[in-house]
Amino acid sequence: MGGWTQHNGQAIALPLANVDTDQLIPARFMSVPRADGYGNFLLHDLRRDAQGTLRSDLPLNAHSGASVLVAGRNFGSGSSREAAVYALVDAGFHAVIAPSFGDIFASNAVNNGLLPARIEDAACEALLAQLGAGMLPVTVDLHASTIAINGTILTFALEESWRIKLINGWDDIDLTQQYTPDISRYKDNRSQTASWAWPAAAD
Amino acid sequence: MSTPLTLLDKLWAAHEIVTRQDGVSLLWVDRHLVHEGSHHAFAKLAARSAHVAAPELTFAVVDHYAPTRNRAHIADPQIARMIDTLRANAATHGLRLFDLGDPAQGIVHVIGPEQGLTLPGLLINCGDSHTSTHGAFGALAFGIGATEVAHVLATQTIWQKKPPAMRITVDGALGAGVSAKDIALNWIAKLGTDGARGHALEYTGSAIRGLSMEGRMTLCNLSIEGGARFGMIAPDETTLAYVEGRPHAPRGRDWDAALTAWSDLTTDDDAEFVRDVHFDASDISPTVTWGTSPEQALPVTAMVPDPGQLTDDKADAARAALDYMGLVAGRPLAGTQVDQVFIGSCTNGRIEDLRAAAAVLAGRQAKVPGIVSPGSALIKAQAEAEGLDKVFTDAGLDWVASGCSMCVGMNGDLVAEGKRCASSTNRNFRGRQGRGARTHLMSPAMVAAAAVAGALTDVRPLLQGRPA
Ligand code: SF4
Repeated sequence: MGGWTQHNGQAIALPLANVDTDQLIPARFMSVPRADGYGNFLLHDLRRDAQGTLRSDLPLNAHSGASVLVAGRNFGSGSSREAAVYALVDAGFHAVIAPSFGDIFASNAVNNGLLPARIEDAACEALLAQLGAGMLPVTVDLHASTIAINGTILTFALEESWRIKLINGWDDIDLTQQYTPDISRYKDNRSQTASWAWPAAAD
Repeated sequence: MSTPLTLLDKLWAAHEIVTRQDGVSLLWVDRHLVHEGSHHAFAKLAARSAHVAAPELTFAVVDHYAPTRNRAHIADPQIARMIDTLRANAATHGLRLFDLGDPAQGIVHVIGPEQGLTLPGLLINCGDSHTSTHGAFGALAFGIGATEVAHVLATQTIWQKKPPAMRITVDGALGAGVSAKDIALNWIAKLGTDGARGHALEYTGSAIRGLSMEGRMTLCNLSIEGGARFGMIAPDETTLAYVEGRPHAPRGRDWDAALTAWSDLTTDDDAEFVRDVHFDASDISPTVTWGTSPEQALPVTAMVPDPGQLTDDKADAARAALDYMGLVAGRPLAGTQVDQVFIGSCTNGRIEDLRAAAAVLAGRQAKVPGIVSPGSALIKAQAEAEGLDKVFTDAGLDWVASGCSMCVGMNGDLVAEGKRCASSTNRNFRGRQGRGARTHLMSPAMVAAAAVAGALTDVRPLLQGRPA
């Protein structure tokens, strides 16, 4: 996964609160290998009517090429399925902007180079209103923590450690390897001082 | 005098390996539970030719895709492939697998405690959001995504930033027919699905102390539905009595050492919480959800809410939810006809849940079809020894094998489009139980009552004259 500092793209609105990960990707698609691509599963049941035809009244369907999604509070709540992030990333998204995110979703997002940008409730409402059913050019800057859209510049909040990870495209496993001696020391100590913490052999 | 510490502080300190300058800590993982959905993580591991760092601390279970009927012949090739992939990964890495035919098979959050793998003082991870369940033992337990699962597999550690501590105190006595499920739905309705977002939640108070381990697990399980990172309850006599003698629980000298270590796992007097919320148990009634988010819940005696009378931010969501659920504002919730019922899941598929449902169903007929899926094969055997299976089948419900089943429908146990299901599970999200399915969450006793009435109904009158 490569890192990034600035993204120039197109923003669209999904003016819904509590868009949970079951909606982002329904469970029945989760057995697919990642290599097959998850983009088509993104918000599958919300985007299609019962016959499977794409609903024309959703900005997500009306515009192709969107890469920044603006949504309501508590985006990505619910199941820990990282597939919800795969669906967004494979559909071409680089950032989701919302007043708040489900915790596990947000860390999954960062692990896949997708920015979960938090902005104030009121600013988000205004942004959703500006976007309406349309699509607008947007510039997201990770260093400056800014979103420039339609002549306005908004500041977003992000954990500092997540900013660094997104910019560098770091993989945690590589990062952790440098702490191998610390881990060994901890493990030795724990196994001596708290041997009860290891599972007893079942009879 | 040293600073008073919270349970979170103590658990955190015991697992911290290093803390980076940015405040993120590398934590030791005592137990790692994987299931069929962990295939992405195993693929990541394979891609870097890495091995599982601590196979003796990693346990695999078939649950999400587990067929609840006719296990010998899995008709759906996709489901068979998911299970076979887990089998292959467990074999490659030498992991103990609770496979379909294992007498101890069951839902990951049910069998962890049941097998004594879940203990006070541990850090437990699983690629499933309801991992918060295990916090009921005074453990640090949280769900993680696939990238993090791969990280735990490869290193037996996880990077986390310590969350702020929040406390919910519930004092007093719960009324008859009111359970841990109602405590949970009640607080989530009051505080919202993001009411505890980003927080480590500790439950305390006399009503919590009075809960069995089953009840505590239900409560901690649902913490994630209120946004909490962890749900925790300090261990006490009830915890120890549950843990002692379990297959993988410490024995002999280790047990004595564990008791000493666990006796310190309480929040010190005067420790600080960033948020402290109080509830009175006697204010809590049997509760049902009416919408498509767990926060859209009300006492079963209430009316379907009128979006026009809700605050702006809730009104649109309520309108959309009522539309999806096919409910009319202002009508009583009780009396809403249901098409089917489901009793099971890691939230409410334990023996006590089955007993509570059977107490309502005994000698009665269900007006609608339904499935009862015990949380584990051991619970299934126990229920059969107690004759509970007979109560369910005599009432007209299906008694099936254990797995996630209709909680998430991955194994094919689905609610059909537009059908209404009274369910003891944890998520009433759109499409959770199947595309277009309408889910009402409630306690197992309330589900049983809905089965008897063929509609949402207050369980309390049905319990009158019956032993508690
Ligand atoms: S029963 Fe439901 S919530 Fe629990 S682990 Fe299975 S799918 Fe997840």
